[in-house]
Amino acid sequence: MGSSLIDGLFVFMLAGFIGFEVIRRVSPLLHTPLMSLTNALDAIAVVGAIVLVGEHKSQLSFILGVLAVIAATSNVVGGFLITDRMLRMFKTSRPTKP
Amino acid sequence: MNTDFAGNQQIIEIVYLIASILFILSLKWLSAPKTARHGVLAGEIGMVLAIAGTLLHHGLVDYKWIAIALVIGSGIGVPLGLVQMTAVPQRTALSHAFGAFCVTLVGSAEFYLRTPDVPPFMMAVLSMEVILASLTFTGSLMAAGKLQEVLPQRPITYKGQNFVNLSVLAIAIVVAIYLVMHPGAKQLFPVMIVVPMIFGVLMIVPIGGADMPTVISLLNSYAGLSAAAMGFVLNSKLLIIAGALDGSSGFILSVIMSKAMNRSFSNVLFGAFGQVQTSAAKGQEEKTVRSATAEEAAGILAAANRVVVVPGYGMAVAQAQHKVRELFDALTKRGVDVRFAIHPVAGRMPGHMNVLLAEADIPYDRLIEMDEINGDFPQTDVALVIGANDVTNPAARTDTGSPIFGMPILDVDKARTVMVIKRSMSPGFAGIDNPLYYIDKTLMLFGDAKSFVNGIVHELAGNAH
Repeated sequence: MGSSLIDGLFVFMLAGFIGFEVIRRVSPLLHTPLMSLTNALDAIAVVGAIVLVGEHKSQLSFILGVLAVIAATSNVVGGFLITDRMLRMFKTSRPTKP
Repeated sequence: MNTDFAGNQQIIEIVYLIASILFILSLKWLSAPKTARHGVLAGEIGMVLAIAGTLLHHGLVDYKWIAIALVIGSGIGVPLGLVQMTAVPQRTALSHAFGAFCVTLVGSAEFYLRTPDVPPFMMAVLSMEVILASLTFTGSLMAAGKLQEVLPQRPITYKGQNFVNLSVLAIAIVVAIYLVMHPGAKQLFPVMIVVPMIFGVLMIVPIGGADMPTVISLLNSYAGLSAAAMGFVLNSKLLIIAGALDGSSGFILSVIMSKAMNRSFSNVLFGAFGQVQTSAAKGQEEKTVRSATAEEAAGILAAANRVVVVPGYGMAVAQAQHKVRELFDALTKRGVDVRFAIHPVAGRMPGHMNVLLAEADIPYDRLIEMDEINGDFPQTDVALVIGANDVTNPAARTDTGSPIFGMPILDVDKARTVMVIKRSMSPGFAGIDNPLYYIDKTLMLFGDAKSFVNGIVHELAGNAH
């Protein structure tokens, strides 16, 4: 138990640094899609909720799990959908010099 | 049987590893518009893999309800993915709320499954998870409500507000500490959810529309951190990674936003804007402004070589972005160089203006960031301000008494001519008077942004004949 927590802290620290370095490079042009994309990725919490529903250990955990899967899935689907819609709109000007 | 179980676990872990890699690549590819859509695809593949891998989890018995919940969730997600671009800020706030809701529920379920057998460190992480998630849940709902204008947008403040808010948060923390020491105290757990929920509401009450970009970013960061904490509770490295990525993204955006307003986090959260301005707006004398008609404005624009358009939230409210594109086309056709100056906090969330202008088919290489374009204003013939106010206020540079003193602004007052489309002379949302409107080279174009721009476009078309 103790070692898995420490493992977790290592992973958290490394992922935090990677996140920092990668996201710092995202152009301000794309900050709105960035937020909707990270939101969709964050909805990976759905995996925890799926296990709760599937294991059905208690009535309470089952009901909370179902609601959690619904909430997270709506973020997954909605988040990816809107991010892609936004990114499709970004176009460069045609190379015609005035 | 036993080896089969171990084999499954290993496959799941490897699938999660691949998903983690795809998530990181997804954000890396988002750094430039050219590769950004690959990023979305990578994220989607990672997500599908992770969900599929989870279904292999040993001990799952109830697949029917998993499927039902996934279908209902998708059914809610699709319309949320198809909202108008002007509604993106409130949609984002709402999705932060959903994410936090999910984390709150999973955290609660884990607590009730494990109590009273929860080691102190685990209970501490679990407490952090549910406190952060439940305050993010109600805070984001409040933010969405304010953005959707179902709740009043003006900051609501009262004496001793910060004391009340911090006391509420302190109650939650005391309860959390008690639960760490006595994880069997089931009856106290709901307090640790309800009290932070109250705090979430109280936290957003004093926040005005102009502060929304910072607040949304901050809530984004909280949502990420709570998901990472959930990863610790479930011992899931994938969740820790996704949560850390989301958390650092929200954090970076909050830093950028608060820098762009020259304010600290605590100032945004604890120092509501609305208070200060009442005194600042006082004692203003009758000052004269020059106004112009659409015909005059069109004449000046047509004669210019370089035009910089400064869009703000007012453009979004008036839904004027498509008319602005027509203006852009008309001027570009006449050989005028038209660019757009984007202030980091223009609009209601980070990058809001870029998305609106991109939706109106304005090429993104014409959208220029503040630091890059500020040096060009002295060589600009016309700066056309549409629905922006505080981000153009020269008082931020010169007037030490101004509440926005020190905030980086777009130096539109350095352009040869400034034109401002505005409904009336009433001070903007923050209630701060803008000296830009009274200088000699400024022409006020009074009217609704959409119809005024339309008027200019008509005049330009008329002149072409």
